[in-house]
Amino acid sequence: MSDLFNLALLFSAIRLSTPLIYAALGGLFSERSGVINIALEGLMLAGAFTAAVATYELHNPYLGLLCGMAAGGVLALVYAISVIRFQADQVVAGMAINFLMIGLPALISGAVYDSSGSTPQIDISNLIPPLSRYLPIGLLSEISVLSAFIVILVPLVWYVLYKTPFGLRLRATGENPEAADAAGVNVIRLRYIAVTISGILAAAGGAYLSTGQSSLFTRNMTAGRGYIALAALILSKWRPVQALFACLFFGLMEALTIGIQGAPWAKMPSGEDIPVQFIQMIPYVLTIIVLAGFIGLSRAPKALGIPYRKES
Amino acid sequence: MNILREILWPLVAVAAAFVVGGIVILVIGDNPITAFGLLLGNSFGSAKDLGWTLFYATPLIFTGLAVMVAFRCGLLNIGAEGQLYVAAFATTWVGIKFGGTIVNVFGKDENWSWMSLPWYVLVPFCVITAIVVGGIWGGIPGYLRARFGSHEVINTIMLNFIGIALVSYFTQYWYKVPGDAIMQTAEIGKAAWIPQLHEFLPFIPKDVPLSLAFPLAVLMCFLVWVFLWKTKWGYELRATGQNASAAEYGGINPKKQIILAMTISGSLAGMVAVSEVLGNRHNYYDGFSAEWGYWGIAVALLGRNHPLGVFIAALFFGVLMRGQIFVDAFTPHVSKDVGQVLLSIIILFVACLQMYSMRRRLVKGTI
Repeated sequence: MSDLFNLALLFSAIRLSTPLIYAALGGLFSERSGVINIALEGLMLAGAFTAAVATYELHNPYLGLLCGMAAGGVLALVYAISVIRFQADQVVAGMAINFLMIGLPALISGAVYDSSGSTPQIDISNLIPPLSRYLPIGLLSEISVLSAFIVILVPLVWYVLYKTPFGLRLRATGENPEAADAAGVNVIRLRYIAVTISGILAAAGGAYLSTGQSSLFTRNMTAGRGYIALAALILSKWRPVQALFACLFFGLMEALTIGIQGAPWAKMPSGEDIPVQFIQMIPYVLTIIVLAGFIGLSRAPKALGIPYRKES
Repeated sequence: MNILREILWPLVAVAAAFVVGGIVILVIGDNPITAFGLLLGNSFGSAKDLGWTLFYATPLIFTGLAVMVAFRCGLLNIGAEGQLYVAAFATTWVGIKFGGTIVNVFGKDENWSWMSLPWYVLVPFCVITAIVVGGIWGGIPGYLRARFGSHEVINTIMLNFIGIALVSYFTQYWYKVPGDAIMQTAEIGKAAWIPQLHEFLPFIPKDVPLSLAFPLAVLMCFLVWVFLWKTKWGYELRATGQNASAAEYGGINPKKQIILAMTISGSLAGMVAVSEVLGNRHNYYDGFSAEWGYWGIAVALLGRNHPLGVFIAALFFGVLMRGQIFVDAFTPHVSKDVGQVLLSIIILFVACLQMYSMRRRLVKGTI
C-alpha cells in the first residue's frame, strides 16, 4: 500500500484534474445564474483547438491561451444567444455545441493543415511551462503554471460569488429571477455575462489539455471531461471550494486508472489485476448515488434550466 | 396548417444551416455548391446509393424513436448511447453462448458456447435480449427519476460512461479472442445472423450491408405511432409529458409513466444491436457506435417527435453520412466532418426556432 499515494500519483492527479477544475468553475457561473451548461465539453474543445493552433502559429503559449479563452467566450456567447434570446432547450442546444466542436476543429484543421485528425505538433519550448521556469520551489516546481494558478483562482471565484454585489446578483438570479429583476438586476444581461465567463474558463481548461498536458490538438481530445466537470459541479452542490475537491477526486481516480497497471497492490483477492474499467466507473456511480440523495441532498439553483421571460 | 408549421420550421433550420455551412466551406476555400452537390447527390441515384443511405439511417431510426418516446413523456434521454452499447454486448453474448460459437485460439479450436440453438429460436432470443437489456439500462434512470427525483439527463450521461466501461471490461477480460489486437468479442454463431437484403433482392449489390433490421425499424416507427396515439398507455404517457400534475389529477401515475417511457426508450435504443450485431458486424466491437445515441436526440428533434418525422429525419442523416464520404474524396479541402458540422448547426437552429412554432401556437390558442 505504501506506493498507493506516492508523490507521482499526487502530481498525476493534480495534472489530470486541472482541466476539470477550470471547466467546473466555469460551469459554476453559468449554472448559478440559472443556465444549464452541458456545453462545457464543446467549450473545452473550442479552447483546446484554438489554443493549439494559436500557440503553433504564434510560438507563445500565453497568446495561445488567450486566443483559446477568447474562442471559448465567443462560442459561449453563441450558446447564450440561443438559450437566452431564443430560449432553445438548454440541454439540446448544449449538445449541439458539443457536436459542433467535434466536427468543426476537424474541418478547419483538415483544410489548413491537411490533417483532420490533429493539429501540428507544438515545439516543447512553446508549451505552457511548469512552475520551475519562474520559481525554484523544489517539489512543486514541476506543476504547470495553469495548475498553480488554481490556488489563486478558487479563492477568487469564491470571493466573487459570495462577497461581491455581482456574486449576490448572480446567485439571486439563479434562485429567483423574478425577485432579482424586481430588485433591479438585469437578469438577461447577467446571464449573458455568466455564460460567457463559463466559456472563457472552460476554454482555459481545454487549452491546458492541448498546450500543457500534450502538445497538439486531437479530435475530441476532451473525451467527456466536460461532462465529468459537470458531474463534479453537481457533487459539489454548485460551490467552488467543494468543486475543487470533487475535481481533485475525479483526477485522482483517473490517475489511479493509469498508475494501477502492474502495481503490486492493485490486485483482486483472486490475485488478478483490478480491471481499470472498475476504477473508471467509481466517479460516475458516485455521482448517481449523490444525485439520488444518499449523501446529502444535492439541490440545484431553483431557476436552473428555466428561460426567463420578463413580464411586460 | 398545423402540419405545415411542423414541417416548415425544420426546413427553415436545415436551409439556414446550409447557408452557414456554405459560408464555412467558402472560407475554407472550396466551392459550396460543388460540396453540397457531392453531399446530397450520391444518396438515391442507384440501388447501391439508396441501400447505403438506408443502412446509415437504420440505427438512427431506432435511437431517434428512443429519444422521441422519452421526449413525449417530458424526459430527455441522453443515454441511448449507453443503452445501445449494453444491449449490443448482451446480444453478442447470447449469440456466442447459444449460437455454437467455436473460437480459434492460437490455432486450437475452443468451444465457447453452451449450446447451438436453431436460427428460429436464436434470432428472436437475441432480439428480445437487445430489447430487455436496453430497456433495463434505460429504466434505471427512469426509476431514479421517479423514486428520487434525480435528473435523468445527468444520470443517463453517467450510465453511458458506466455501461461503456462495463462492456469494455467484459470484452477485454472474458470475450475477446486471445491474441486479437482489436477490442472486440468473438463472432456470434451463424444461426444468429439475420439476412441481408441483397440475399433476396438481387438488384441490391452484395457489398451493401443493409439487413432485415431496416424493415424492422420501419415497423417500429409504425408500432411506436400506434402505441403513443392509439392506446391508453400511450395516451397516459403523453399526458404526463404535457403536464405531469394535470395528468396526476386525472388519475394517471406520472412515476409509472416516467419509468415506462424510459424503459421503452432504452428498448428502442437497444434494438440498434439488431442492425449492427445481428445484421452487420456479427460481433461486439469497442466503439462500434458512430455516436448514434447522441444523434438520436437530433433525429427526434428534427423529426418533431413524431415517428414519421423521425423516419424522414433519419433518412436525411443517412443522406449526409453517405454524402460526406464523397465530399471527403472529391473536394480539395473539405473533409468528411462537414456532415457533422452541418448536423450540429441544424440542431442548434431547430432548438432556437422551436420557440417560434410554440409561441405562435400559444398566441393563436389564446385568441
